[in-house]
Amino acid sequence: MGIELAQVDTIIDKHHADQRALISLLLDIQDQFYFLPQEALERVADKVGVPSVQVYQVARFYKAFSLKPRGKHLLTVCVGTACHVRGGERLVDQLSRVLAVAPGETTDDKLFTLQTVNCLGCCALGPVMVVDGTYYGKMSATKIDKVLSKYRNGEEVADDD
Amino acid sequence: MTRLNTFAELEQWRTQAAAARAQNEKCVTVCGGTGCRAYGSEKVWEAFRAEIAKQQANVKLNYQVKVTGCHGFCEKGPLVVIRPAQIFYTRVQVKDVPKIVSDTLIGGKVIERLLATDPQTNEHVVHEHDVPFYKHQSRLLLNMNGEIDPTRIEEYVALGGYGAFAKALSNMSGEQVIAQVKASKLRGRGGAGFPTGVKWETCRNQPGEVKYVVCNADEGDPGAYMDRSLIEGNPHRLIEGLAIGAYAIGAQEGYVYIRHEYPLAVKTLELAIKQAEECGLLGKNILGTKFNFTLHVQLGAGAFVCGEETALMASIEGRVGEPMPRPPFPAEKGLWGKPTNINNVKSWSSIPIIISQGADQFAKLGTENSKGTTIFSLVGKINNTGLVEVPMGVTLRHMVYDIGGGISQGKKFKALQTGGPSGGCIPESLLDLPLDYENLNAVGSMMGSGGMIVMDEETCMVNIAKYFLDFTKFESCGKCTACREGVRQMNTILERITQGEGEEGDIELLETMGAAIQDGALCALGRTAPNPVLSTIRYFRDEYTAHIQEQKCPAGVCKSLITFYIIAEKCNGCTLCARNCTEAAITGELHQLHVIDDAKCARCGVCREVCTHDAVGVR
Ligand SMILES: Cc1cc2nc3c(=O)[nH]c(=O)nc-3n(C[C@H](O)[C@H](O)[C@H](O)COP(=O)(O)O)c2cc1C
Ligand code: FES
Repeated sequence: MGIELAQVDTIIDKHHADQRALISLLLDIQDQFYFLPQEALERVADKVGVPSVQVYQVARFYKAFSLKPRGKHLLTVCVGTACHVRGGERLVDQLSRVLAVAPGETTDDKLFTLQTVNCLGCCALGPVMVVDGTYYGKMSATKIDKVLSKYRNGEEVADDD
Repeated sequence: MTRLNTFAELEQWRTQAAAARAQNEKCVTVCGGTGCRAYGSEKVWEAFRAEIAKQQANVKLNYQVKVTGCHGFCEKGPLVVIRPAQIFYTRVQVKDVPKIVSDTLIGGKVIERLLATDPQTNEHVVHEHDVPFYKHQSRLLLNMNGEIDPTRIEEYVALGGYGAFAKALSNMSGEQVIAQVKASKLRGRGGAGFPTGVKWETCRNQPGEVKYVVCNADEGDPGAYMDRSLIEGNPHRLIEGLAIGAYAIGAQEGYVYIRHEYPLAVKTLELAIKQAEECGLLGKNILGTKFNFTLHVQLGAGAFVCGEETALMASIEGRVGEPMPRPPFPAEKGLWGKPTNINNVKSWSSIPIIISQGADQFAKLGTENSKGTTIFSLVGKINNTGLVEVPMGVTLRHMVYDIGGGISQGKKFKALQTGGPSGGCIPESLLDLPLDYENLNAVGSMMGSGGMIVMDEETCMVNIAKYFLDFTKFESCGKCTACREGVRQMNTILERITQGEGEEGDIELLETMGAAIQDGALCALGRTAPNPVLSTIRYFRDEYTAHIQEQKCPAGVCKSLITFYIIAEKCNGCTLCARNCTEAAITGELHQLHVIDDAKCARCGVCREVCTHDAVGVR
C-alpha cells in the first residue's frame, strides 16, 4: 500500500523538522491518513533526524496514535468517570456486540472503528459518543441503531435532539 | 492590530476598548463552549445573526451576536443571555430564535418557557445570577467566561486585561511579584497543592540564564473540564499569568502543554497567542521594556501519565512520557536540563487577579490553609451538571444540594468521588466536611484537578474501584514494578470479586498491597493508584463482603452476580423489551406477561432501559 510521501513531507516541513514537534507532527500525519503508515514513520525518522526506534516508541506510547488502518468512520465512546456512572460501559458493550468488534478494532467491512476515550469534557451530555467529530449526547443502547444507520446509509447529518 | 510600545499606549487602548464595549452593550451572547456546541449552539448563533438581520428590515435593533466561552451550566445548554437586561434562556433551539428576536429583543418581553427554574420553589428565574446554580458561587476565575468573546483580545483588555502584567513590569521587581504570590498563599491547583510562590522562588534562585515556564493543561482527570473551559473562555488571562510568572522567575520562553482531545481550546489559545504577539504583549521588548517572552503550544497525545510534571517535560521534548524520579525537581533541572516552573491552568490564571487586586484581597477568600476559590466540575448523577467555582471551605453538602440541585431522577446519594484515579469516594456521613486540601486528604481522597463525580444507589463501589484500577493499569507507564505489577494484581483480585469468585481474606490482601504500592511506586500516579480501592473499602466494606460472601451486587451492576427479571404486576405486555433484546432472550405475546430466559440473557440492561413501566427488575 503506497502513500503519498509528498504529503508527509509537507507536514514535516510545516513543523520545521523539529524534534520538539514530534508529537504534533505525528498527530497531523494521523489526521491526514487516519493512522500512522510505516512509510510515514520512516520518513519522519529520516528527516527529523531521530532514530526510527524512537519514532516507533512515541507512536506506540501515546494512545491517540494508531499503527493500524482505521475504518471509514471513527466511533469514539467516552468511558470517563462521569459517563461511566451514567452507563458508558453498557454503551461500549452494546456497540461491541452490534458491530462484532472489540474497542480498538475495525469492522470487517472497514466501515467503523470503535475506540474509547477518557472524558471529552462534555460530561453534562453523558454518556457521550462522537462519530467523526459529531457529538451524540445522552446516548443509550437503544439509540445506537439510529445513529449507526445514518453512517451506513452514507448521510452524515447531525442529530439535533 | 497595532503594536503597543509603552504602558501609556496600553492604557489608551483600554479606554478605547472599554468605550467600544459600553457602546455595544446590547448583545445576544450565545455559549460556544464544547458542551453547548455539542448541543448545537453553533446553529443557534447563526440563526440569531440571520434572524436579527431579517427583522432589522423593519425595526432598528442594534443587537450584536457574541459567541462566548463556557458559562458552566452545561446541563441546560445551549445557553443564551440577552444583555444588558441579563435575561437568561436555557435549552435554546433554532426554532426558538425568531420568537426571541421579536418578543424579547424588540418587544422587551420575557419568554417564560425558556427560563431556568428554581428546583426548590419551582419558580422561573429571569436573570443568570439569580439561578441557584450560580447564586451560591464566587466566580473569580470564571467571571469573564460568558462575558467576553475569547477570540478578541480587546474584550479582555477592556475589562482590565494585561493590567496586572503592566503593573508588574513597570512597578515591581521579580522578587516583589514573588512576594505577592507568596503572601496570597496560592496553592497549586493541579492536585498536590504545593505553595506556588515558594516554587517560583526556588526556580528564580537557580543559577543560569535559560529558564522555562510551563502550563500544565493536560487535564487527564476524567470528569474534569474546567481547565479546558478557562482556556476556551478566557485564554488571555492564562497568557497574562504565564507572562507575569516568566518575568518574576526570569524565563524568556514558555510552553502550554494541552491535550489534543481539546481541539477548540487549542485553536482558541493559538489565536490568542498570535494576537498577543501582534500587540507586542508577547515577543521581544514587551511594552518597550527589556523583557522578552515567547509562548509555544505543545500537544499531548492521550497519555494520562503525561500530566505528571516530569513525564510532561519528556513529552514536550518529543520523547516517550515516562516520569523521572524527583529530586532533582523541575525547578532545578527541568526542560532540557534547565530550571523550569510548572503550574496548572488555574494556578497561572489566578496570578493576574492576585497582582491586580493585591494578595490580601485574594487571601480573604477561603480557609486558613487553603486560600482563594477552586473550580469543580460537578458531574455524574446530579441534577445541575456543570462548572462550579466556590471559595475553599464550603461543605460538600452545599455543593451537591444547594448548587447541584440534588441527585438526578430522585435517586439516593451514595458517594462523591474527587481526585480522579488518584482520589477516593466520600460517603454521605462526611458530606458536612469543609472542602480543602487537608480535609480531603484526611478522608482518603484528594483535591485533584477538580472532578467531582456524584454517584447514586445504582453505582457499585467495587465496580468503581475496579474501573479506576483498569484505568491506572492501562495508563501505568510500566517503568516501576510497584505500579506495573502491584496495580495489576490488585485489579485481578477486584475482577474476581466482581465475578463472584472473591475469597475470604481478599479485602485484607487488597489493603496490604495498597499500602505497599503507596510506599513503593516511583511517581504519584502509582503512589495514589490504590486510593480508590482503599477508600471504598474504608467506607463501603459491606458492599465488598456482599460480593464475596453472598455473591451479590447490592447496586445491581456486576454482571456475573445479577439476574434480570420481569415484574409480573407491572408488565403490560407491550413487547418493547423483546423487540430491543439483541440476544432474543425475551419471549411473550402482545398484552401477555413477558419472560426473560436467564441462560440467553447477556445482562446488557437494554430491556430495563427501554421499559416505560419500570417492569424490569434486577437482583
Ligand atoms: C499521574 C499524574 C497526573 C497528573 N495530571 C495532572 C493534570 O492533568 N493537570 C495538572 O495540572 N497537574 C497534574 N498532575 C500534577 C503535576 O505533576 C504537577 O504537580 C502540577 O502540574 C503542578 O502545578 P500546580 O503546582 O499549579 O498544581 C498530575 C500528577 C500525576 C502524578
Ligand atoms: S466523562 Fe464523558 S465527557 Fe466527561
